Amino acid sequence: MKAVLLSFALAAVASVALITVFLVSSGLPAIGKIGLLEFIIGKRWASTAKDPGFGILPFILSSLYAATCSILIGSPIGLLCALYLSKAASKRTRAVISTLVDLLSGIPSVVFGLVGMMVLVPGIKQLFNLSDGSSLLSAIIVLSIMVLPTIVKVSTTALDAVPREYEDSSLALGASQVQTWLGVSIPAARNGIAASLVLGAGRAIGEAMAVMMVSGNAANMPSLFQSVRFLTTAIASEMSYSSGLQRQALFSIALVLYVFIMIMNMALSWLVKRSAS
Amino acid sequence: MKRTAIVIAIIALAACMAFANGQRETRSISTDGSTSMEKVIGALGEAYTQLHSEVGFTYNPTGSGSGIASVKEGRCDIGLSSRALRDSEKAEGLVETPLAYDGIAIIVHPSNSVENLSMQQIAAIYTGEITSWKAVGGPDLPIVLIGREAGSGTRDGFESITGTTDQCLYRQELTSTGDVIASVSQNENAIGYASLASIKSSVKALKVDGIAPSEESVKDGTYAVQRPFMLITKATAKLSQTAQAFFDWALSSQAAGIISSSGVVSAGL
Repeated sequence: MKAVLLSFALAAVASVALITVFLVSSGLPAIGKIGLLEFIIGKRWASTAKDPGFGILPFILSSLYAATCSILIGSPIGLLCALYLSKAASKRTRAVISTLVDLLSGIPSVVFGLVGMMVLVPGIKQLFNLSDGSSLLSAIIVLSIMVLPTIVKVSTTALDAVPREYEDSSLALGASQVQTWLGVSIPAARNGIAASLVLGAGRAIGEAMAVMMVSGNAANMPSLFQSVRFLTTAIASEMSYSSGLQRQALFSIALVLYVFIMIMNMALSWLVKRSAS
Repeated sequence: MKRTAIVIAIIALAACMAFANGQRETRSISTDGSTSMEKVIGALGEAYTQLHSEVGFTYNPTGSGSGIASVKEGRCDIGLSSRALRDSEKAEGLVETPLAYDGIAIIVHPSNSVENLSMQQIAAIYTGEITSWKAVGGPDLPIVLIGREAGSGTRDGFESITGTTDQCLYRQELTSTGDVIASVSQNENAIGYASLASIKSSVKALKVDGIAPSEESVKDGTYAVQRPFMLITKATAKLSQTAQAFFDWALSSQAAGIISSSGVVSAGL
């Protein structure tokens, strides 16, 4: 019986190993041909031009900006929502809001993209008097909404796990409810909250479908109101018809993305280990 | 009892999968590629399946470049491209057969007062020399350039005819003709290009050098911005019987009427 369970566990490990091996073996040749420095910090991406350029700095910076800004916007909202759900809400309110947050996390990303395209893009165009609403800002707003459920759910769990003795002691010493929550509960749950932010950032950097429909897809250096292309959308928009060095370069982009996600996951496991100790 | 139920469910699932595989090989035609050809291929597929009800017809709108790659790798029966094959693609053993000729309409928002642009103006707009609608007789608004992804046949046709290959400064690069039309219809500053057969009343097609795009002006060549719709097949591999029958029928005079009614000019005429 144990052997059966072990074999299933090994199947999961084998999948990750296979993907890693595939990405590394497909992604390295192009990096070799283009040159690592030219690839990572080159600013010009023109994969189908007569004089092709394969610099992915615009994509790396756009993805990092979008992930960071969406976490900056999403975390206060998500954290305070989690605080409310964990500490201040009545059981019924908590049940209702939790269900709605779960619903938000279950909405497919293409639906987010569609709503973004129909509502957000014209809205941003009008609000900021731009020539066109498809921009980094639209993508950031969509991503903030998408990372919200992750942050709320994991932070709520972390805040629930804060021992009642801490809060009771704080209240006994004369602090108000809000002072206790901000000064005791949140610091006590900080590792879990940090884990939720890293998970959210992982989702934000890996999102392709939703941002493809609202960000314009031109390979520019990132600027808030300009059209941008991310690591994910760069792969998605060119993979189907690519060939030769262009296709290998797309695999290299996938490898870079994979490295980012691995760094985030390592940060996450380090944080989780710390919170357990 | 529960165990037998699980075993039966697994067998049923396996049987479904076996049947699904079997059907695809003999009685289906799969086409893949150009999004501009959606109307034509949709009409042809529908008419053909009405004549031959046992045949399943699928069309996958992925873009010309993707369709060419798909037929090369054997993932579909017939590839659809809205541009001619390059020499490198022909050298890889692909054969093109013209199905129809389609105009590429230069589209703007219906509220835009501009009616006509010359070829030079279009090139200047798309390469970024002209940035305001005022410079071409329109309202004092910035021009937003909407285009297609790099593998698109429509983009290839547009850029080669206007002489702007690799020089266009797009604000948005969208992946289908429908997306371009939707995007232009929502933004009064926008200009885009899309298949003439696909445009709806939500956008306005401009005249190019004084010629309005229509089937007649595409047919007699006065509307210069046009490109062929090609059926792409492999030179070395034979099509399945079902696919070959469809291929021959689509190029015959019986299908010419259907092709014309989709808004493009049949290659047979």
